[in-house]
Order: sequence, then C-alpha cells, then structure tokens
Amino acid sequence: MADVPLARHLLRAKDLADARYFEALTVADLASAAGLSPAYFSREFRRAFGESPHQYLLTRRLERAAALLRTTDRTVTEICFAVGLSSLGSFTTSFRRVYRSTPMSYRASFPPPESMIRIPACVAKAYGRPANRTFREVSDERVPVPSRSSTPDPSQEVMP
Amino acid sequence: MKIGNAQFWVHDQDEALAFYTQKLGWEVRSDVTMDEWNFRWLVVGPVGQADVGLVLMPVPGPPMLDATSSEQLGELVAKGAGGTLFITTDDCQATYDELSARGVVFNDPPTPQPYGIDTSFRDPSGNNVRVTQVMEFSYERG
Repeated sequence: MADVPLARHLLRAKDLADARYFEALTVADLASAAGLSPAYFSREFRRAFGESPHQYLLTRRLERAAALLRTTDRTVTEICFAVGLSSLGSFTTSFRRVYRSTPMSYRASFPPPESMIRIPACVAKAYGRPANRTFREVSDERVPVPSRSSTPDPSQEVMP
Repeated sequence: MKIGNAQFWVHDQDEALAFYTQKLGWEVRSDVTMDEWNFRWLVVGPVGQADVGLVLMPVPGPPMLDATSSEQLGELVAKGAGGTLFITTDDCQATYDELSARGVVFNDPPTPQPYGIDTSFRDPSGNNVRVTQVMEFSYERG
C-alpha cells in the first residue's frame, strides 16, 4: 500500500471542523482527528492549508453564522451558540472584523431568503467561508458577498 | 453526447478498488494491466448504471508527470482538492445507513436542503463524494 500523504490526515481534521463546528471543538480535537500532536498538527495544517486550524474553525463558524443571518430569523445570540461559539462579545468582534459589519447590519443588507440563488449547500459552504482578517489591515476592500443580480428561476436550478 | 467515464486520481489502486467495491458495493467494469507501461486501467461503477463509470487512475509519475508535479498532485488530492463526484439516491438515509454499516465514514449526516437531502464522504485518497436525494425545490426543507 502506498504511503498515505500527511495531508490526507490533515484533511480529516478539516472535515471534522466542517462537520461538527457547532460543538465545542478545540484545536486539540482537530489534532486528534488527524492523529497528530497539537503542536505538530497546527504547524503542518498551516503549511498545508495556508491558515491555522483555529482560523479555519473560526471562519467556518462565521460562515455558518452569516448563512443563518441571511436565511433565518433567529436572534444573533441564538446563532452565536448555534455555530459553536460561547461568547457573544467575541462572536460580534470576530464577525465585524471579517465581514466589516455587525451581524444585524449584515442581515439587513440582504433580501429575504426567498430570493437567494439556488446552489448546492456544499458549494455554498465551500466558497462562502470568509478569509480571516485583522483590524490592522489597511485595505478597505469590501468582503465579497454573493451576487444577487439574478432572480430565482426553477428551470435554472443547479442540481448537486 | 453522453458522459461515459469520469475519473479520480487515487494514491493506491488496490485500496481504492476495495473501497469502491466492498464498501460502496460497486462493480468492476474494467481491470486491465499493461505491464510494459506499468499501468492499470481500472474502472468501477454503480450496479444498475452500466453506461457510466468511474476511472480510478493512479497519480502518475515520470515520464507522464515529472517527480515534483507527481508529488504535488498526490498531495493536492490528499488535501481534498481533487474534486467531487455528485451521486444521487432514491433514499439518502437508507444509503447512509447501508454504507455506514459497511464501514464508510460520512462527513455529515443526511441533511435537509432546499433541493433535497444530502450527505457526503471521502474515498481513501481524499476525493469527495456527495450523495443527494433530489426532491422538489422547497425553502421549507432547507
């Protein structure tokens, strides 16, 4: 049997973050899924995927929170806990840093869920995850938001 | 025009063959080894859909691909960048239960979506397989 690339083990950790972000997952849990020690795991994960496991998990949670803000009417507090975060203050701070707006104003900038484009959930999840940001960044680029120029048309529905 | 075969890069053809036949229950469509090329043409497919197959192609080395590129390709597949096979089923939960019982580890449970119910798993090399029970589009479900 061929040697399994290290990246295949790292991918198990990434899959775990994607699948169970709503639980109280830690970097140690992710390292365990990859079968590696936490310090070695974090270094190799960053090398393979270009960001730390903590950043990946946080941006996955923020992506899911953004999706819930766009597509449901659940409260910000409910959404914070629903994506596995335990501090509303940290959630709001992280959300503002990444999306450059508060959760409430982000929600208000979107039309009702009925007008969202129809794409497979896995595609939305993969492409919708934001890049992590710091407050120190000088760039004032807006975070790309899904285009809403087309109106839903059942005949153009994308099948997964 | 029709799709005949699609293809995944795999790290180990024996391992892939065992996964697709023993765990997914697919059939072997073709398994031909060309000794002089050191190449094995291996095609599998789901029972009941004879005209579409999945080629399990080994990550090639020299002379087809230089050693550095070969290593990079193998690593990209292991990172999950190899691609996705989207398959459909009449009953997502039943497929999930059946494959789970045979040892397939799913990434997520069957989940209602506006377009149906779906779930996913990876093959041993890291290729993604999405399993969808397509239903009439409804936002109520997602």
